[in-house]
Order: sequence, then C-alpha cells, then structure tokens
Amino acid sequence: MPEIKSRPKWGKLDPAKQASAHLVCAERGAIDAVARAFAGRPEVIGKTILVHVAEGDAGAPASLAGVAYHPLPSRATALTAFRAHLGRAKMGTQLHLAGSEAFLNEASALAHGCGVVGDGLTTELCGDPARRVQCVHCKGMMDDVSASPVACRHCGVNLMVRDHYSRRLGAFMGVCVDAEAPGDLPAAASF
Amino acid sequence: MSLALDPGFFRQETFRDDFTFANSQEAIRRFPFPFDRDQYMYAVNIEQHMPGPEKHATHFPIDIDEHYVAEMADRERVLAEDPLRCQSLPHMITAEWDLLELLMTSMARDYPAWFALGREGDRWHWINRPMGIEEHFTFGDVATLPYGPMEYITRQCQGDFCLLDQRGDNLWLDSGIVTSQADWSLDFDLGMNFIEWHAPVPRAHDMGVFERALKFLLNLQLGRPIRRLNWTMTINPRLDTSPENYHRWGIDRTTVTPDNVGDKVHLRVELQALWRLPRSNAIVFSIRCYLIKMREVATVPKWARRLHRVLRDLPDDLADYKGLTNYRGMTVDWLSRHDDGAPTSPGFYPD
Ligand code: HEM
Repeated sequence: MPEIKSRPKWGKLDPAKQASAHLVCAERGAIDAVARAFAGRPEVIGKTILVHVAEGDAGAPASLAGVAYHPLPSRATALTAFRAHLGRAKMGTQLHLAGSEAFLNEASALAHGCGVVGDGLTTELCGDPARRVQCVHCKGMMDDVSASPVACRHCGVNLMVRDHYSRRLGAFMGVCVDAEAPGDLPAAASF
Repeated sequence: MSLALDPGFFRQETFRDDFTFANSQEAIRRFPFPFDRDQYMYAVNIEQHMPGPEKHATHFPIDIDEHYVAEMADRERVLAEDPLRCQSLPHMITAEWDLLELLMTSMARDYPAWFALGREGDRWHWINRPMGIEEHFTFGDVATLPYGPMEYITRQCQGDFCLLDQRGDNLWLDSGIVTSQADWSLDFDLGMNFIEWHAPVPRAHDMGVFERALKFLLNLQLGRPIRRLNWTMTINPRLDTSPENYHRWGIDRTTVTPDNVGDKVHLRVELQALWRLPRSNAIVFSIRCYLIKMREVATVPKWARRLHRVLRDLPDDLADYKGLTNYRGMTVDWLSRHDDGAPTSPGFYPD
C-alpha cells in the first residue's frame, strides 16, 4: 500500500546556514536529533532558540551549549511558548520540529497556521507513532491515539482512524467504524 | 412588487426523515445519466461546459430544477446544525464576489421568470421569486449582505461549491459550502491541495488521472468552463451524506431488502463544472447533485440495462470506496430483471 498523499513526509532536521535565526521545538528524547543536526555548528547554534518539552530543567545537552534553552513541562505549554517565540521571530527564521508523530501533527499545524511552509520548516520523527486524531462527528481532538479503532474520548463513538490527514488541523480523521454494524468492532491494530 | 409565481413547479419534498423526494417524468428525462457505455472506470472525463439538449440538466450553466426550493430548505437546516459546512479563508473574499456575480448573472439570464438582477455601477438589486427574497446591496461591500457573498448566493443556488486558489502549480481548497456531499468533509479538507484532498481515492493516482486533470485545470481559461460527471449511490434520497453525520445515516445501508430496492436505492450523480473567475483568478468547482430511484431508472429501458451491467462489473475496490458493498448484490439482482441482454446504444441519452 503506497503512502496516502495527504500525509506529510517527515524528514531530517536540517538547519540552513543562511537562515537569519532558528526556532526549534523538541519533545523529550528527540533532543538527541536536535543535537545531531546542530552540534558542531557554532554559527547556527548562536542564533537558535530551543523550546524543549522536558521534565525538570536538566539544561541543554553540552553539545548544544550556546542555544537559548527553554525547558517546559508539557507539550501544551511548550507549544504555547513556541507560538510566542514564533510571533516575534524575525524574517527568515527557520523552524525545526522533532518528536513523536502526534507532536509533529500538532506542532506542524501550528507552524502551518502561522504561514510557515516549504523550506521554512524541517521535521524529524523520533519515537512514538501514536497519532493525533480528530473525531469527524464531534470535532474533538485526541492526542496520542496508539491504535485503531478507538472510542472517541469526547462523544464516545467508535472510530476508525483513517490515513487521510489534514495539515491545517494537524490530525488524522476518525470516523465511525460500526455505523453499518453497531457494536461490531474489528480487532484493534497499533500504528 | 409581487414575488408570487406558479407554486406548482417546485416540489414540496424532504431529503431526510420521511424522505418524500421523487422525480417527475420530466425530471427523469432530463437526468444526467453518467454512463455512455456498459462499463465504468476512472478517467479524465472532462468536456467543455457547452449547452446540452433543450431541457436537459446541462442545458444551462447553472441548472435550477423542480427540487430547488426543497433543496435550499435542506441546506438551511444543515447550516443551522453545523456552521463548519461553509468556510472561507480570508484571502478568498475576491473569489467569493466573483462567484456571486457568476451565479446571479447566470440565474437571472437563464431563468428570467424566477430571478432578476439590476446593476447600476456597484449598486445591485437581486430578486429571487421562488424563495421570496429581494436584496439591495453594494457589490464588493460585505456589510451590505446578511452573509458573506459566497454563503449569501449559495443559500439560493442548488449544488455545493468550492473555490480553489491557484498558486505554486496547484489548486488549494480554501473556500466552500458543502451540504450535499458524497461522504467527504469540507472542514477536514479545507486548505488541502488537489492531490491531498483526492488522497483517499483508489487507483486514480496510480493511473495518472489526477496529475493529468490538475494540469488541465491549471490552464482553465476565463469564459471556457468545463464539466464532468461523477457518481455514487445513496440509500434513501438523503442529500446530506456527510462524514460528520455518517454515524447516523450509515445504518441506512443495512435497510435494503429485495422488496424495497426500487424505492430505497438511489443513483447519485454529480454534475461538476469548473469556471475560471475574472478578478481573483481562482476556480469555482460546482458539485450539483442529482438523485434518482432505481424504480425511476427502470422507466428508461436503456438506463436500466446499462446500470445493471455497470454495477455488476464494477471492480470491488471502487464499490468499497463508494460504500456500495452492503447492498450492491441486491441492487444488481433487482436491476437484472430489467436487463433482457439486448445491446445498448452508445451515448448517455435515452433511446
Ligand atoms: C478541482 C475541483 C475538485 C474538487 C474540489 C474535488 C474534490 C473531490 C473530493 C473531496 C473527493 C472525495 C475524496 C474523498 O474520498 O475524501 C473527490 C473524488 C474524486 N474526484 Fe475530485 N475534485 C475536483 C476535481 C476533480 C477532477 C477535475 C477530476 C477528474 C478526473 C476528479 C476526479 C475524482 C474522482 C475520480 C474521485 C473519486 C470519486 C468516486 O469514486 O466516487 N476530481 N473529488
């Protein structure tokens, strides 16, 4: 089955040296991907802001010394901070996102909504393939859905998670799985 | 001024609950039957949107028929329950005015007994007699209309509408009103490009259909609209077969029995037309939905024979995608009684 064409292809973090500044948001262990892409590049590190979803403040890894480091305790607070930094970023700032599928879903939609497209954004998937899913019936969002089908946490409808993906919403579509045979659910399959 | 007119032409009917929708003899004759041969496969089936035969659904660029008033009432209910069915990104406002102009001028020109448009510079005067609406407004000034320009006019025009912005060699679904859709979500697809919103369709990507269609559309010229037909099937004459409400209407697909096929199962045809718009350079995509019951199809022998063969031989992946799987067999059996095996003549129209 070829990859569905509405789904973004995540790549590798790739800071461009001609960018005027870099704004990075990384989730937990995905900081290692940031270190791989940025370490040993002082000309890039010197103009980088790094927002990190992290428990406690262990500080930035030594190889990233010199970045403006902002640890935040949850995805939601980190994305709020990320958006605030984005709001005051200068022209030519490049964005970089590293984390789980659901993190990239939400964070890239935020970047997309701020008009960041194409080479202005680099991404790297690290770890958890759980998806961000929107229930098409009640429009409620669910973070970190690890298998399909899943009961909607908002309206309770049993949802099949489709591969069809909206970059604007930053979510896969969840649609009723048992409408034509109520209660008849296929075995759950993990992503 | 009196807005009264012959009330008999427009049917009083419903597309939900008691489902009283039906086609008159005339509506059956003018139905845009989508098969010009006894089999079906995806193709770049695009032709110029030229006037079709007198009275046929393709005779005028914008087709208003006996279901007009009832369809507009259904749209009003859908929008009241779910305002996300009509959305427009801010940069599409010029295209919205373009659309309003296209629809008002077409409707007033082709149906002068029902619609009238007066224009003095930017001061426009619109009359819609079947719906009893009269509006004085300033073209280009949103404050002078009760809704945005797209929503205002499409609450008065049959068919769903999408406005596509053209940039970066692609088309972007940045605006639309979609209340009578064959199971796709405007809210979900808003902001996608041509390849992305078509992502769920089987086969056609690999066949190169979308690549070629997109190339064609990017070169669409002002004043040279095009059209194509698409089709699926719907149980009960329900206009609003949205994913949003699928958990409510999906069960209908299990209610077909050999005895009720003729009344329950409907062929659903979309007459889709595309125009380049003058000010915005956007494209309007209209999706005009026509429903016909199997019992009504059977009154046209050529169509019954042909639909039987098309449905019988439709590849399973297409049938699945269109949601026919639960009732295809019964429908084919029912139609087989109207297929004597005689050859069918080429082309769409009845013999
Ligand atoms: C430019 C305006 C167009 C829009 C907004 C549009 C939109 C859509 C949407 C939303 C779907 C449903 C996809 C889903 O399952 O979620 C669809 C299906 C499809 N579209 Fe388009 N489309 C457009 C033009 C075209 C053109 C020019 C072609 C020509 C080949 C085409 C061919 C198809 C086909 C073959 C399907 C599958 C239909 C079925 O099997 O029922 N579309 N389209």
